[in-house]
Amino acid sequence: MVNLTLARALTDGLRAAMERDPKVLVMGEDVGKLGGVFRVTDGLQKDFGEQRVLDTPLSESGIIGTAVGLAIRGFRPVCEIQFDGFVFPGFDQIVSQLAKMRFRSQGKVPMPVVVRIPFGGGIGAVEHHSESPESLFAHVAGLKVVACSNPSDAFWMIQQAIACDDPVLFFEPKRRYWEKGEVDPDATPPPLFSSKVLRAGTSVTIACYGPLVRTCLDAATAAQADGLDLEVIDLRTLSPLDLGPVFESVRCTGRLVVVSEAPSEASVTAEVAARVQQECFYSLEAPVLRVTGFDTPYPPSKCEDDYLPDLDRVLDGVDRALAW
Amino acid sequence: MSQPQAWVPVDPRSRPSREQVLAGLRGTDAGGPELVQLLTPEGQRVSDPRFDGFVDDVDATALKSLYRDMVLVRRFDREANALQRQGQLGIWVPLLGQEAAQIGAGRAMRLGDMAFPSYREHGIAWCRGIDPTELLGIFRGTDHGSWDPLTTGFNLYTIVIGNQCLNAAGYAMGQRFEGKVGDSESAEATICFFGDGATSQGDVHEGFVWAAAYDAPVVFYCQNNQWAISVPLERQTRVPLYERARGYGFPGIRVDGNDVLACLAVSRWALEECRTGNGPVLVEAYTYRMDAHTTSDDPTRYRLADELELWKLKDPIERVRVNLVREHHVGGEFFDEVTAEGDELAARLREFCLAMPEPAPDRIFSEVYAEPSPLLEAQREEFLAHHTSFQTEEA
Repeated sequence: MVNLTLARALTDGLRAAMERDPKVLVMGEDVGKLGGVFRVTDGLQKDFGEQRVLDTPLSESGIIGTAVGLAIRGFRPVCEIQFDGFVFPGFDQIVSQLAKMRFRSQGKVPMPVVVRIPFGGGIGAVEHHSESPESLFAHVAGLKVVACSNPSDAFWMIQQAIACDDPVLFFEPKRRYWEKGEVDPDATPPPLFSSKVLRAGTSVTIACYGPLVRTCLDAATAAQADGLDLEVIDLRTLSPLDLGPVFESVRCTGRLVVVSEAPSEASVTAEVAARVQQECFYSLEAPVLRVTGFDTPYPPSKCEDDYLPDLDRVLDGVDRALAW
Repeated sequence: MSQPQAWVPVDPRSRPSREQVLAGLRGTDAGGPELVQLLTPEGQRVSDPRFDGFVDDVDATALKSLYRDMVLVRRFDREANALQRQGQLGIWVPLLGQEAAQIGAGRAMRLGDMAFPSYREHGIAWCRGIDPTELLGIFRGTDHGSWDPLTTGFNLYTIVIGNQCLNAAGYAMGQRFEGKVGDSESAEATICFFGDGATSQGDVHEGFVWAAAYDAPVVFYCQNNQWAISVPLERQTRVPLYERARGYGFPGIRVDGNDVLACLAVSRWALEECRTGNGPVLVEAYTYRMDAHTTSDDPTRYRLADELELWKLKDPIERVRVNLVREHHVGGEFFDEVTAEGDELAARLREFCLAMPEPAPDRIFSEVYAEPSPLLEAQREEFLAHHTSFQTEEA
């Protein structure tokens, strides 16, 4: 058992995957000598060389487009997109080539590519550095989308994503990079595409992912003082969703609050709400409520504390569900 | 410390006029000095000391073989066009006029080389050993490409304009990483096909930048057929396309795209440059789209028939025929045989097309993911039950 930051857990996971399979490449802007702007790839180029850890030209379409070509050649590229808001130059290659190649070739050309994207706000950054674009990718058939929330999951999920023969969009909660947690390298991790109950409870179910998992756990602790027993589920996988544990929980609590930083309209949280009302219609004591970022562009950072769901807004959602 | 120099506006008289720009783009209509040509439109073999050596093995037999390739490719292209007109294909993308550009490049490739086509590269498919019947599914709507890109060395058709230039650059980077660049017989290269319209896409520029940055063994083979659907070349560029390569730091060359011998020579040179580590290379095959963009297009709305008549005089097949007759004394029997073979191929294509089975109902759900998706499994079962319920009612 070791105590690691989330960023360091990712580094160790990447290192383990690269040691296991010589076809694994890491590529992106500043991932080599600098070790990435968040230092997630720190030391990898020194140990694996410039042909396995590529400091690429500054072009996101190039990163994804060449990764597609490398995957056709038999490599397993792990691409880093420096910030969430910079993925869009690569969006065409992700949607048009990466997502569809397996289907188009009827399985003859698999696309084992991982696209790592630090996402979410709360770091006081300028425009385009704090976005939550995961729903855009969850909407695309052929892609898998996951989000880690803690060091242990980060360590295992990145290795599982690299081992997966499908393209995986791997969202990393950038404001949690420096939070520490226990990682057991000898443990047997749960499957990649599974959600996890982090805190059992009976009052209200909270489904969340990525950076807000910590917030929701804190909210649950705070609610306990008021005699409320919240169940917190980390969705972990956004496409495919693994909603079995959520259905089970809602059948017990009758109330669900879905929490995310992303805008609410046509989003992952909307999908969770739709599926839960379909599966748990007679168990629901209140409509499924959502606590999310607003349906606006990400605001200037002095406003982000108001934009981002915090402990109070999560608890407000819980109160509204209970008061229905 | 020196003072910054005052900005001096460029003398407008030193800029090329619009007429001069157009003359540069179109300057090789009459065969300008920049155009590599080994066979004139009149069928005369002309010498180019830089490239003669790359085709010195092409004797009468080899030239007959190139002729046969072009005639057969044109014949099945015309048949597929007709099949669309008769409602058997949803759409067809004609290659008429680009046979030399494609057969020259396709026959320059070696077994281990990899091609990244756009969607008009039926002639390259032919050279990679892909039967023309395998192209039909895309246009009849039964599949998105049936061949195996890995065993044929021919990626699936790419319809989003320019995407394949980055995919090709990445594949070529992989060839280099695997040590496939060098003097050995096992050395490999990649060749990427795109059109004049694609050169305005970011992915093409990024492909150039990446290939240059990684010394990737990739030939960027631009078939400049003068028209991006209705938009002429001068809307895409101010300079001749091959000249753009200089800005990225690798050689660019313009070849007569209607001259199969020159296309073969230049492609062999370019692929060899890449295999031996001197890639990338840009080739501009200067040609003409003699038919519509697709069967859904109507070129009479945007270009003059005179232009087509001009290019008919530069037909890629006719000049080889004339050369074979005049310089190699090939008799009518050979041409009759090739024509007959073309008709047989066309008949086989037609027969195959009419007998193509409909995709299985659950084709929609196959191979979306490597790991099964519970959501898709549920949708598939629901759909099949729905589908079966109709079959029961009919019975």
